[in-house]
Amino acid sequence: MITTDILIIGAGPTGLFTVFEAGLLKLKCHLIDALPQAGGQCTELYPKKPIYDIPAYPEILAGDLTDKLLEQCKQFEPGFTLGERAETIEKQEDGSFIVTTNKGTEHKAPVVAIAGGLGSFEPRKPLLDNITDFEDKGVEYMIKEPEMYRNKNVVIAGGGDSALDWSIFLSDIAKSVTLIHRRNEFRGHLDSVEKVQELKNLGKINLITPAEITAINGNEKVESVEVTKKDESPILVKTDHFIPLFGLSPKLGPIANWGLEIEKNAIKVNNALDYQTNIPGIYAIGDVNTYPGKLKLILCGFHEATLMCQSAYQIINPGKRFVLKYTTVAGVNGFDGTRKEAPKAVVKAIN
Amino acid sequence: MENLDINITIIDRDGVKHNVAAPTDMAMNLMEVVRSYELAPEGTIGVCGGMAMCASCQCYVLSDTELPEMQDDEEAMLSEAFDVKENSRLGCQIQLTPEMEGLQVELAPES
Repeated sequence: MITTDILIIGAGPTGLFTVFEAGLLKLKCHLIDALPQAGGQCTELYPKKPIYDIPAYPEILAGDLTDKLLEQCKQFEPGFTLGERAETIEKQEDGSFIVTTNKGTEHKAPVVAIAGGLGSFEPRKPLLDNITDFEDKGVEYMIKEPEMYRNKNVVIAGGGDSALDWSIFLSDIAKSVTLIHRRNEFRGHLDSVEKVQELKNLGKINLITPAEITAINGNEKVESVEVTKKDESPILVKTDHFIPLFGLSPKLGPIANWGLEIEKNAIKVNNALDYQTNIPGIYAIGDVNTYPGKLKLILCGFHEATLMCQSAYQIINPGKRFVLKYTTVAGVNGFDGTRKEAPKAVVKAIN
Repeated sequence: MENLDINITIIDRDGVKHNVAAPTDMAMNLMEVVRSYELAPEGTIGVCGGMAMCASCQCYVLSDTELPEMQDDEEAMLSEAFDVKENSRLGCQIQLTPEMEGLQVELAPES
């Protein structure tokens, strides 16, 4: 069981800055994120795009912002559970919470801060009636174990980098790879597009475009898919696996069932005070929360995180006095033994 | 101040028709107009913030209004989206201009 002071759900900019603010109050943090890396949307969706409204940064790339936030909070040694989605929360008799992920990792903390942004990123599923019946029976939305495709027939659908990259990769392992895309054009790195062209010419990838998967057939597991080219009658492609790779989209997910008050697909909080939810001890900060006048901006998330940490301090240290300190005055004492402080003024007499 | 609003018609996901006034001097796109009038629940439209990366603002253009030509990223996103029709566009890629008076669109289903 992982234990910490503040358990943060979501390792985006708001979650990462919480680590820093909590650290100033000597509170330790652990973060859970469904994505395999920190940074949230900034790293997953637009790492190379600039942001212009971070105070004091006229322009900063989203990926660089993540790097700087990680650097800023490093001395407070945050723990990470990445690539796992927070699934359930249970309140304990002592007032603390146990949060368990979809992989069964348990975390215990007196305070939970949900900084989940738009939710956890889930694969986008094509609209095929019976697709859920075949999940893990030949239909996979992401490739975890490439070995399972050895000597199998595989159909991949999609037109982005992951569809291209996996088609290339699996063409070496699988018995056959069929790549299906709705257009003739692919959106991916030029190298990948050219490689797929080359493999197609060699007969190692069977490319069908512009086309769509219109049905999945099989009894216990996937046996074939129906492929329809525009204005043509459907053809049947025999296959053991169907892998739709249509990117990820954020969904509020299991958090929606935690008994929190939800409005506009976001968690209602008390913004007059401390961004606490209707459940004491659970806060919601950043894009995931809502209150009158809410703006989904990174800079608002930073502010919310700061106020939330002051309130969390009171839950964790009941009655213990504290006042806000300025980092310029007090310096920053890391949990790793480092100390940052402003240089002292030189005192010297002038004769 | 001069009124630079245009009148456009938006059919929401429940089939209800809304005639709304859309400012053309605030650099707003169609997705933002839908959000400003709350014609689709928050969190179900404009999810990526308007970067042509999620297709949550997909709509069907019903009028023959002249619209900006589709750029590569919009076309690529629509080629991976669901419920796409011949007249599909991403609302976030349609900047509203005074020439678009009378535009009529229908929001695509939530995906």
